[in-house]
Amino acid sequence: MDALPPLLLLFVCPLAGSLALALLGAGNRAPELNVAFSLATFAASVWLTVDIISGGSVVVFDDQFFVDPLNVFLVALTAFVGLTTSLFSRPYMRIERERGRMTAGRLRLYHSMYQAFMCTMLLALTTNNMGILWVAMEAATLATVLLVSVYRTAASLEAAWKYFILCGVGIAQALFGTILLYFAAERVLGAEGNALLWTHLNLVKGHLEPAIMSLAFVFLLVGYGTKVGLVPLHNWLPDAHAEGPTPISAVLSGLLLNVALYCVIRMKVLTDGALGTHFAGNMMMGFGLLSVVVAAFFLSRQKDIKRMFAYSSIEHMGLMTFAFGMGGPIANFAGLLHMTVHSLIKSAIFFAVGHAAQKAGTQVMEDIRGLMKQSPTVGWGLLLGTIAILGMPPFGVFASEFLILTTAMREHAWATPFLLLALGVAFAAVFGRVQSMVFGDSSVKPLAHQPALVPVFVHLGLGLMLGLYIPPYLARWYEQAAKLIG
Amino acid sequence: MNAYTGQIVNFFAALLLLIAFAMLAQRRIISLINLFALQGLALVGSTLTVALATAQTHLMYSAAITLVLKVAVLPYILHRLIRRLNVKWDIETLINIPTMMLIGIGLVIFAFNLALPISQFSASIARGTLGIALACVLLSFLMMITRSKAVPQVIGFLAMENGLFFAATSATYGMPMVVELGIALDVLVGMVILGVFMFQIREQFDSLDIHHLEKLKED
Repeated sequence: MDALPPLLLLFVCPLAGSLALALLGAGNRAPELNVAFSLATFAASVWLTVDIISGGSVVVFDDQFFVDPLNVFLVALTAFVGLTTSLFSRPYMRIERERGRMTAGRLRLYHSMYQAFMCTMLLALTTNNMGILWVAMEAATLATVLLVSVYRTAASLEAAWKYFILCGVGIAQALFGTILLYFAAERVLGAEGNALLWTHLNLVKGHLEPAIMSLAFVFLLVGYGTKVGLVPLHNWLPDAHAEGPTPISAVLSGLLLNVALYCVIRMKVLTDGALGTHFAGNMMMGFGLLSVVVAAFFLSRQKDIKRMFAYSSIEHMGLMTFAFGMGGPIANFAGLLHMTVHSLIKSAIFFAVGHAAQKAGTQVMEDIRGLMKQSPTVGWGLLLGTIAILGMPPFGVFASEFLILTTAMREHAWATPFLLLALGVAFAAVFGRVQSMVFGDSSVKPLAHQPALVPVFVHLGLGLMLGLYIPPYLARWYEQAAKLIG
Repeated sequence: MNAYTGQIVNFFAALLLLIAFAMLAQRRIISLINLFALQGLALVGSTLTVALATAQTHLMYSAAITLVLKVAVLPYILHRLIRRLNVKWDIETLINIPTMMLIGIGLVIFAFNLALPISQFSASIARGTLGIALACVLLSFLMMITRSKAVPQVIGFLAMENGLFFAATSATYGMPMVVELGIALDVLVGMVILGVFMFQIREQFDSLDIHHLEKLKED
């Protein structure tokens, strides 16, 4: 029962934050309050992580919540990026407010929904009940819909509508999958509330009816895959990233996509156990590879900087899905590592991009010039982030992509040329654009408030560290999680 | 439990499917909302029949939730919404209703074929209706794709949820209570958010036509 207090805190902090920020409104201290609540959430997640590292997996509350090395690492990552994003959003939103894009009412909505969003993601990660997992994922969509449309421009309304409808339809497929899962489970575990508990299902997965489970997996993969942004279900993602406020782009890319992929992985474990074949893995590899290739080619056609990095997120999520699809200790390890570094680096890029777009007054890449000259920190942040996300050594993305590629060469050699081609195309597309934005004569203006660049460099530093040296406890943790996925 | 139970459930299932087709072809927004409420009622009927026949108390509760949420609250919100938005008498021009019906029939056949191999595993008395449930989901999906106005799209979305709920009662005896409550809460919150959202769309475009929302495209 050791894990109960930190787990409770993990929900209470963002929930209280959401209510408090909704009631108190957007006073001058609201951004600081937002940071304070995120900090408390992060502290709770560290406490929980320490407990899990020392004591192993736990189930609490009549098995309703379940924390193991796989999800505790995502909980810590989610809370950490949640904290740094709240730090970044402090000056970012002040500047937006002075530019007239945010009003007091919109800021109240933003802060309150930000905390609610964190709460739903943490619930999705720690719940043991596959039904509640669905509820939490849907709630995460609902919390962010109004955030995507917060600027009330025509484009942002369209993006939010698309986001709501496409993710709503997607998540409805996932609900059908969950119903089928319950259907399969009920035959083995009986018609009780416990038949959807993952730990219970995991114990009897060999007895679940294969025909039902394979259909359930297809529906769940399509459903949650929509949220992961897998091609061809990715249409909402670039719009939502480009038109919403940048802190939201950062948490969508860095966190929500991970949580959605986490749902797919949990389901894959059950399906593999029931079928005894590589069916689930093959499906994931197919979708993953398609996403990597299609996204890479779309990258070169983008004009909007946030859209471009949104496509880069699709590419990386595809790569992770492919890695988890291959399975086995090394590919899973690489997938988890890639999840971590992608979250850190992509959110760092969005932080830098947010300030760069504010300086230039536009998100159109052609109009952003000479960031380095005007403000070296934003310029370096963007440049280093880009180098890191494109998989250049010595950053962590290089290590994970290298592991994924070598595993692919050994086990699925046919896929390697596609992967290499996509990575090459992505490199050429993104690097060329970013280079001309960073160097050259300056067209950008200084900002009214000191930009928050500490989070950028903290994230990049961590991404660099993971490329050079993975601390032994972290490596062990990844290995345990990789083993759980099988 | 007697010989008629299965018949009654099948009757309600047929009614659901029929309403799904009617919604596909309905052009008046206000009739669409009434059809949606009627579909909710058919859902309550089938859930209640199964609940009474098998003495499952939690199915009674979920029938009650459905009655309150889908027959009363959601149609009420929708009616209020269209009155406030002044789209009450709007008629959508739907092209090619016969073609849509044919596609719909194709979807039903597909759904039946997909559901046939797995419905035999079900212990529920309503197992024959899993195909109908899936067909309702797909038909609502088709409706969402073909509509160009915001309110009918949302009704399609809610009708899809009806189909899913029906699937849950026909494959199993309903989802666990806590999950069902969570889903109901999500639907309600989603509806409120959509309501707010439609006012935003309307404020921006002076219309609820989704065609305005097709600017974001890849060049």
